[in-house]
Amino acid sequence: MPSLPPEGEQPPSDGSLPPSALSSVGTRPFGIYLHVPFCNTRCGYCDFNTYTATELSGDVRRDTFGEVLQSEVAFAREITGPVEVDTVFVGGGTPTLLGAESLVRLLDEIRGQYGLAAGAEVTTEANPDTVDQAMLDRLRAGGYTRISFGVQSAASSVLRILERTHTAGNAQRAIAMARAAGFEHVSADLIIGTPGETDEDLEASLDLVVGSGVDHVSAYSLIVEAGTPLARRVQRGEIPMPDDDTAAHRYEMVDDALAASGFAWYEVSNWARPGGECRHNVNYWASHDWWGVGPGAHSHIGGVRWWNERHPSTYAARLAGGHSPAQGRERLTPDQQHMETVMLALRMASGLPISAVPATGHSPVEVEREGERGVEGGLGSAVGTGSVIARLADDGLVDPHAAAAGVLVLTRRGRLLADAVIRDLLD
Amino acid sequence: MSVEQPGATDPLVIRNFSIIAHIDHGKSTLADRMLQQTGVVDPRQMRAQYLDRMDIERERGITIKSQAVRLPYVGGDGIDYVLNMIDTPGHVDFTYEVSRSLAACEGAVLVVDAAQGIEAQTLANLYLALENDLAIVPVLNKIDLPAAQPDKYAAELAKIIGCDPDDVLRISAKTGLGVPDLLERIVRDIPPPIGNPDAPARALIFDSVYDTYRGVVTYVRVIDGRIATRDKVRMMATGEVHELLEVGVISPEPVPSKGIGVGEVGYLITGVKDVRQSRVGDTVTTSQHGATEALGGYRDPMPMVFSGLYPIDGSDYPELRDSLDKLKLNDAALVYEPETSLALGFGFRCGFLGLLHMEIVRERLEREANLDLISTAPNVIYRVISDDGSEIVVTNPSEFPTQKISKIFEPIVRATVILPTEFVGTVMELCQQRRGSLLGMDYLSEERVELRYTLPLAEIVFDFFDHLKSRTRGYASLDYELQGEQEADLVKVDILLHGDAVDAFSAIVHREKAMAYGVMMTAKLKELIPRQQFEVPIQAAIGARVITRETIRAIRKDVLAKCYGGDISRKRKLLEKQKEGKKRMKMVGRVEVPQEAFIAALSTSDSPKK
Repeated sequence: MPSLPPEGEQPPSDGSLPPSALSSVGTRPFGIYLHVPFCNTRCGYCDFNTYTATELSGDVRRDTFGEVLQSEVAFAREITGPVEVDTVFVGGGTPTLLGAESLVRLLDEIRGQYGLAAGAEVTTEANPDTVDQAMLDRLRAGGYTRISFGVQSAASSVLRILERTHTAGNAQRAIAMARAAGFEHVSADLIIGTPGETDEDLEASLDLVVGSGVDHVSAYSLIVEAGTPLARRVQRGEIPMPDDDTAAHRYEMVDDALAASGFAWYEVSNWARPGGECRHNVNYWASHDWWGVGPGAHSHIGGVRWWNERHPSTYAARLAGGHSPAQGRERLTPDQQHMETVMLALRMASGLPISAVPATGHSPVEVEREGERGVEGGLGSAVGTGSVIARLADDGLVDPHAAAAGVLVLTRRGRLLADAVIRDLLD
Repeated sequence: MSVEQPGATDPLVIRNFSIIAHIDHGKSTLADRMLQQTGVVDPRQMRAQYLDRMDIERERGITIKSQAVRLPYVGGDGIDYVLNMIDTPGHVDFTYEVSRSLAACEGAVLVVDAAQGIEAQTLANLYLALENDLAIVPVLNKIDLPAAQPDKYAAELAKIIGCDPDDVLRISAKTGLGVPDLLERIVRDIPPPIGNPDAPARALIFDSVYDTYRGVVTYVRVIDGRIATRDKVRMMATGEVHELLEVGVISPEPVPSKGIGVGEVGYLITGVKDVRQSRVGDTVTTSQHGATEALGGYRDPMPMVFSGLYPIDGSDYPELRDSLDKLKLNDAALVYEPETSLALGFGFRCGFLGLLHMEIVRERLEREANLDLISTAPNVIYRVISDDGSEIVVTNPSEFPTQKISKIFEPIVRATVILPTEFVGTVMELCQQRRGSLLGMDYLSEERVELRYTLPLAEIVFDFFDHLKSRTRGYASLDYELQGEQEADLVKVDILLHGDAVDAFSAIVHREKAMAYGVMMTAKLKELIPRQQFEVPIQAAIGARVITRETIRAIRKDVLAKCYGGDISRKRKLLEKQKEGKKRMKMVGRVEVPQEAFIAALSTSDSPKK
């Protein structure tokens, strides 16, 4: 695994947080993320912090790793003090490799240390290959309310390129079992734009997820991350680079198909039936507070972000020694916070209040309407935010009605060009 | 008083000569050897290419500024001679400087590489020397090389000069072989200077160099009379009068003297700070009882090639300005004025004698001031006559009038190409494509041909030399000199990005080549400019008429899907990086163009790979 460059500041080894950050705990939703860094096999496109059995040395064992995570939950409670937990999300890796009992004990630890808020959302990710009915029943009975399956595609050719081991049939069965187990919410992840994927392949994938009765779909364009086997295969010319135009077209297909089945987008890459939105993720995007438990996990509390040691052994050793497992942290400046607000809020259907955009931008763009060209050249003519927004609306990137009402909401074209819109707004 | 004493040297023992040689044919090594063999340089102080002072000259192996060295030499006849070796610049752009250096001499040593034969520039300079009635001492150098073919090239030289092949000296400047014979030949074959010691002083300026400590150092050859320290001198062309602070000779370090007389070569220091006050080709006389008639041949330096020079980092602009100001002190031919480009920001429109002059100026700016520069495609100077008979001089495509043009004149050159016979066809084809007309063709030997063409200068400044080299596998050499002007059917082609003309890409081209230029530039830009949020047409146009068009399709996706769970920092850093990237973008109307795209589009690397 390529490790993150050592950025940010050295976090204190006792894990303590500045009082200004701590004072935010409890004033807004609080979440806990738990990272399970194990997989049976590594998928070629994946650059997440996860390890197969052969990649780990003897001191880290899957069957006892749940206890290490529990020890960080206890550590977290010491720092944050009491607060009810609104959302829990177990991700990976492949959380289900820990086994249902271990996952339930983890949730019990959170209950014991913090307590769950009424109606708390408790999600685990799952690989369609690694679940059975008994396991899903146990998770549900143990308090898990939501499960998210990495379906990725219904096409076996696409799954092969992604090096996924499951089949479309597995995925369908797993979703059906989860529904039978009584999960309140079931989500499916799709990857779109994989080289070799056809429109028909994606149609089949969409048919599968819509037909299986999930209430939430995430669809991510395949990104070739540096250092992954996929990147090497692309470099060697074995697989063509995913094409952005194709990805855009597939995104529109997803949006059309899901909209036709009662889903609405609530974040650029996420769609839900009413009430099916992932509250845990929404908390991330709203810059609320959460503690990330596990190797490489990221946390945010009151304007302080930190991240844990990435390797499970180092991570476990820090905790065993009574130290914070944090490897780096940063205290966000007002500028950085503003940047994050724009970047995160704009990606959501709830949008970015225009009041959150600075009043005077120095944008080099000029207003250009049908048939008339601004006479000023592009030599950095200062134009106010108002004209930037007017131009974004004219270009069909933000919804003009919402803008008139004071909120910037991306159109579908705007969602596909979200980064460009964000850059324009941050100029 | 010794006859060698500057200021009191009998003209009869003076020999003034230049060395004419092609780059790499061994001129500097030969000069070194002469310094050693005449004993003027202590062997311990000797270093390679002693006379080439500027680093850039030593590295490129070329001499930009000439110098004059006074070598005391005891001849085989026992007489004490004074040899004045006047170095000459070795390139086509400095023909005028070469002609002034030659005018200061009575003879020239023609040095030719015995493995390569004569090159076009050497031939051109040889013709200059012959026009000046100089005695020629032909020399084949590098005869120690295994590849040397002295018999063959001696025959070639003899044919060109009209001498006997046996008269061609064979030497090795590297080992020193034959150099004593050469010194004797200089004494024997080159006539001593003749002048009137009693006439009013007249000295020819053949070089003028700015020195940080001394100000301008002016190199002169005294024709008549005498110039002495504390004289007041007058520059006859500019009319400027200066106090003479120092007079001396270079031998090979400066040696001040009371004065210099007829036939002598030396330097003058007047305290002026700008070489424009002491111009090559001008005549120096005394301010009192001075000469009334200047020596002939003075010419104002005339920039013929123009290009925009811009700092890649806009904040370097003041430094570029200061560096140009400094360079100008030492370069009378360099002209410039501030210019603003939509695409490239603030820079300077610079005028040069030619392409090499341009390259040298740019390289010195980059090296000495540590500046990163981008230059626009060079263009020549045009004379445009409008319908009402008024005339404008165009040095920049932006000044080119769009209508009511009656006539356009462009500079033409007389070009000489020397090449192996096997490439004659392909080179003639190239010259034809470049609107050349054949003036003549001569066989120098069975294998080598001299081609003479009239060519528009504009065709030469645009990658002609690259093409010539690639077509002849590097074996052709080129020389050219200005030959006046001709009327031509020229148009300005603009390149429009999303409807806006990009000034840096406008070009004045022959009407028949407008399409090719347009197609080339639009295709190049299509590759270089990233897709935007909207469709971007790239057009080439003559006036309002679009002649060719490419389209950059609108980008459809510019969003990073994954938000990596809670790793918001990573995404923010990506965005910060994107923003940094955006800062480096130049805006053309609404189109964001990376600076690199402009740079890549302006580089002429589309010429065939060598």
